[in-house]
Amino acid sequence: MSGLAASLDALPVLGLVFQFLGYVLANSSFMSQTTVAVAVPIAFAALCGVMCERSGVVNIGLEGIMLTSAFVGWIVGAAAVGLLGEGAPSSIYGTTLPLMIGLVAAILAGMAVSFLHAWLAISLRVDQIISGTIINIGAVGITGYLYTLIAPQSPVGAGEFASFAVPKEVAGVPLIGWLLNAVLGQGPIGMAMILIVIVLQIMLFRSRWGLRTRAVGEHPRAAETVGINVIRLRYWNVVMSGALAALGGAWLTMEHGSTFGPSMTAGRGFIGLAAMIVGRWTPLGALGAALLFASATGLSTSLQISPPSGDLGNLMRYVPGEFWEALPYIITIVILAGLIGRSIAPAADGQPYERESGS
Amino acid sequence: MRSIARAISALAQPIAEPLVAILLALVVGAVGITLFSGLVPGHSNFDIGLPVAAYSALVQGAIAGWTSTLVYATPLILVGMGIALGFKAGLFNIGGRGQFLMGAVGAMAVATALGGSQPAFVTIPLAVLVGGMFGAAAGFIPGWLKATSGAHEVVTTIMLNYVFVFVTYWAISGPLVLPKAHQPITADVGKLNGALPIIWGPDLNAGILLALLSVPIVWFLLYRTTLGFEIRAAGANPDAARYGGMRTNRLIVLTMSIAGFMSGLAGSTTLLGVVHQMAPGYDTTVGFDAITVALLGRSNPVGVLFAGLLLGAMRAGSQTMQIQAGVPAELVDALQAVILVFLVINILRRWLRRRSASPGTSLSLGVETGHTSEGAI
Repeated sequence: MSGLAASLDALPVLGLVFQFLGYVLANSSFMSQTTVAVAVPIAFAALCGVMCERSGVVNIGLEGIMLTSAFVGWIVGAAAVGLLGEGAPSSIYGTTLPLMIGLVAAILAGMAVSFLHAWLAISLRVDQIISGTIINIGAVGITGYLYTLIAPQSPVGAGEFASFAVPKEVAGVPLIGWLLNAVLGQGPIGMAMILIVIVLQIMLFRSRWGLRTRAVGEHPRAAETVGINVIRLRYWNVVMSGALAALGGAWLTMEHGSTFGPSMTAGRGFIGLAAMIVGRWTPLGALGAALLFASATGLSTSLQISPPSGDLGNLMRYVPGEFWEALPYIITIVILAGLIGRSIAPAADGQPYERESGS
Repeated sequence: MRSIARAISALAQPIAEPLVAILLALVVGAVGITLFSGLVPGHSNFDIGLPVAAYSALVQGAIAGWTSTLVYATPLILVGMGIALGFKAGLFNIGGRGQFLMGAVGAMAVATALGGSQPAFVTIPLAVLVGGMFGAAAGFIPGWLKATSGAHEVVTTIMLNYVFVFVTYWAISGPLVLPKAHQPITADVGKLNGALPIIWGPDLNAGILLALLSVPIVWFLLYRTTLGFEIRAAGANPDAARYGGMRTNRLIVLTMSIAGFMSGLAGSTTLLGVVHQMAPGYDTTVGFDAITVALLGRSNPVGVLFAGLLLGAMRAGSQTMQIQAGVPAELVDALQAVILVFLVINILRRWLRRRSASPGTSLSLGVETGHTSEGAI
C-alpha cells in the first residue's frame, strides 16, 4: 500500500495532487474536536438565518446580533463576578453562577436586537438588508464604545465553560469513536448546537410550527387565508432565532475564550449566512456547510503550522501565508457561485408582508 | 408662486428628514453618553454635563479643524457615490472596504514601480488612475459573479473584503515592501514624487477636488446618459428593463465596476494624500461609513456630498471629543446606526400618512435592493 502511495506521489503533476490529498487526509481536521468547535458560531448564525428566512425575513444582522451577545455575555458575567464572587465551578462543564447569568443575559440581548430587526423589517417594512446593515453598524459602534470605556479597568470575565472530557471507553468505540469524541468533546454551547440542529430539522419538516413557517415563507397570502397570523409568526421566528445567534456570540466570549475584543466576530455571521445558502435553508445542511468552512479554516491553519514536505512543500513555499488565511473566504465565494443556481430561497424571502386592508 | 412653493416642499423633504433623523439621533446619543458617564474618568454617574461637553468638543473639533473634516469627507464622498450608484441599480455593495484597499495597493504599486523616476505630474495621475482601476477590478468580481451565477452581492462583497484585506497584508509585506526597513512597511510616497499636493492649511490635500468633481460627473452619468437611464430602470424594475431590451447582467457588472472604481479612487487619494505609506495591518472603516453616507444622501449625488461632509465632520470632531471630553470616538459609529433607524422610520411615517402610492419604503430612500436579486441571500 505504501509502495503504491509512493509511486503515485512520484508522478509528475498528478503526484502533487495525490501528495496534497495525502496531506489533507493525514492532517485531516474534518470532524475533529477543534473543527466542530470552530463550526459552532457559524452553525448558530446559519440556524438563525434558516429560522428567519424560512418565514420570509432576510437577516443580515446576524453579525451584529452575535457581536452584541458576545459583549453582553462577557460584561454581565464580569459584573456578576464582581457582585457574587466567582463561585465554585460545578463538575458539569465547569458551570458557575456568573457564567449562567452571563449566558442568560447574552441570549436576552440577542433576542432584543432581533426584536429591533423584526420591528423594522416586519412592522415598518423597511428594506430588510438595510435593517440588517443598521444592526451591524450599531453593534460595532455600541460595543466598541462601551468596550473602550470599560477596557482601562480591565474587568475579569466570568471565565469560560469547560469542554466535556470524553471518557476513553466512548472515544475508543470502533468506527464511530472519533465522531463521538469530536461531537461530545464540546462545551455546553457546542453540545446545544448539535441538539438544536437535530431538533430544528425535525421541527421544521415535521411539526405544525414548521409547516406554518414554511408556508409563511413561501406564500404568506395563502397562509393568511387559512388562518395563520403571518406577522405574529414572523415576529416569533425572528425573535427566537435571535437566541440562536446569541448562543453563537456567547460561545466566543464564554466557551471559546473568556475575553471580548472589538469586532471579534470577524465575519462569522456572514459566513453563517453563506452556510445557510449552501445548506439550502435546512438545519442539517447548514451544519454540514459550517463544518466544511471550519475544515477549510483548519486546513489553512495546519498548512501554516506544519507545511507538507517533499515536492508539494517546495511548491507551496511560493504560496504566501496570507493566501491560506484568505482560503476559507475564497472557498465560501466559490461554493456560493457554483451552487447558487441550484439552491433556491423561500419564495417570499425578503418581501415585507402587508395585510390586505379594507373590505 | 405655486411652482416655487412646490419646489420648496420638494426640497424640504430630502433635507428636513435627514436633519430630523440626525437631531433625534443626537438626543439618543446624549442619553447614551449620560447613562454611561460614570465610566468616563472624572465624571460621576448620570452626568448631564458630559454629553454637552462631548458634543461641543465634537462641533468645535469639526469646525476648527475644517480642513480635517474635508480630508475625512473625501473618501466618504467617493465611496458613498459608488454605493449610491449601486443602490440606484438595485445593488447593495458592501465591498467598499476591499475596493478601497485595492485602490490604495494599486496607487502604492505605481509609486513603488516608478520609484520616483518620474515627476509628480506623471506619477500622481497615473497612481490615482491605477488605484481606481484596481478598485474597479475588485468591484468587477462580485458584479460578474452575480451576473453569471446569481451569487448575491451582499455575501460575496463581504467575503471579498476579507480576501482583499489579506491581499493588502501580502502586498505590504511582499511586493511593495521597502527593502532594508526594520519592519514590513512600504515606501513613503512623499519620497517618490507621489504625495498629493496640500492645497490649504496643514492637511487638506487635492483629493477633495476629485471628490467634489465626482458630484457633477455622477449626476450627469445618472440623469443625462443612456447608461444612467438604464441603471435607474434596472433598479426600479429589472423585468421591465430586460423586456425593454436592456442587458441587465451587463449593467450589473458595469455598475459594480464603476462603484469599485470610485472606491479605488478613495483608496488611492487617501494613500497619496493622507497616510503616504502602508504599515502592517493597514485597514479602513470607510466601507461601512459610506453606506450610511449613501443612505443619508438618498443615493443622490448632491445628497451624498452633504452626507459625506457631515460624516466627515463627525469623524474629524470625534478625535477632539475623545481627547477633550473623554468620550470614545466610537460614539460616531453608534450615532450612525441611530441616525439610520430614525431615517427609515421617519420615511415610513410619511408613507403611512399618504398610504396611496408606492408599496414599500425602499423607493423613497432611493434604494432598490432586492428587485434584481434572482439569487438569494
